[in-house]
Amino acid sequence: MKKNDIILIISILVITLVAVLGLNIWQRQNTNDSAMAVVIIDGEEYASYSLSVNRTETIELPDGSYNVLKISDGYAEVTEASCRDQICVNHFHIHYSGETIVCLPNKVVVEIVGGEEDDVDGFTN
Amino acid sequence: MKSRKIAFLGLLIALAFVLSYVEMLLPINIGIPGAKVGLANLVIMVALYAIGEKNAFILSVVRVVLVGLTFGNLAMMIYSLAGAMLSFAAMFIAKRIKLFSVTGVSVIGGVFHNLGQIIVAIIVLDTASLIYYFPFLVVVGTVSGIVIGIISGMIIERFKKNNFGF
Repeated sequence: MKKNDIILIISILVITLVAVLGLNIWQRQNTNDSAMAVVIIDGEEYASYSLSVNRTETIELPDGSYNVLKISDGYAEVTEASCRDQICVNHFHIHYSGETIVCLPNKVVVEIVGGEEDDVDGFTN
Repeated sequence: MKSRKIAFLGLLIALAFVLSYVEMLLPINIGIPGAKVGLANLVIMVALYAIGEKNAFILSVVRVVLVGLTFGNLAMMIYSLAGAMLSFAAMFIAKRIKLFSVTGVSVIGGVFHNLGQIIVAIIVLDTASLIYYFPFLVVVGTVSGIVIGIISGMIIERFKKNNFGF
């Protein structure tokens, strides 16, 4: 390993760290009580559910494949899926605005949208 | 010498093919789409330094097509092809500017491989918010790039020492 390699690695990691921190702060500021979990299939919006209501929804696709979306305590997660790789099932649960769970094989995306800007009290967790 | 080079290229393609398969069998799943260890990149790195850039490019394309046809589908092939092409272009440039050693080139390859995959995912799914995954993919790409770089550095060194160069 040359000195340049180490500089490269350190700068990549530092830039990423700063980006992640910035994103995190931005997400926390943009998430409030009215946050919604939006389900997008193949680029088209399919449904949106409020994060403040606990529920379990099965998203069924025309070709028979499915994803089960569970919302509890303000967090959304995919608990079951028909796809092979199961990345969406293993994905950590999402809560902050902009966070997504993706199921590539089914082309399903679950995205958190922060909702209306709350001007009285911002919700932080 | 030429036939020897062709035989060696064939050997490397087979090796890259097998490593891609091994990677599929590995139960590594960190819940981020597109995150891969990139074992096959080990072979491409060795090829890049040992049998030349043109052959390494052929190896890179043939591997993706073979793996896509055997284990995946067309969509998967497009994902990996985008990742493989972008990563190869980045490694090619990184090698040419001679600023980095094998490890640096490998890190750049790993990062750009993940970048290529996420760009295709954004286009296919029409969801720009997937870019949120990018920082995590960069870290995964960097770490695996370091490991792959150190290992391929050792292989390339032995390769040259044993006068196997063509």
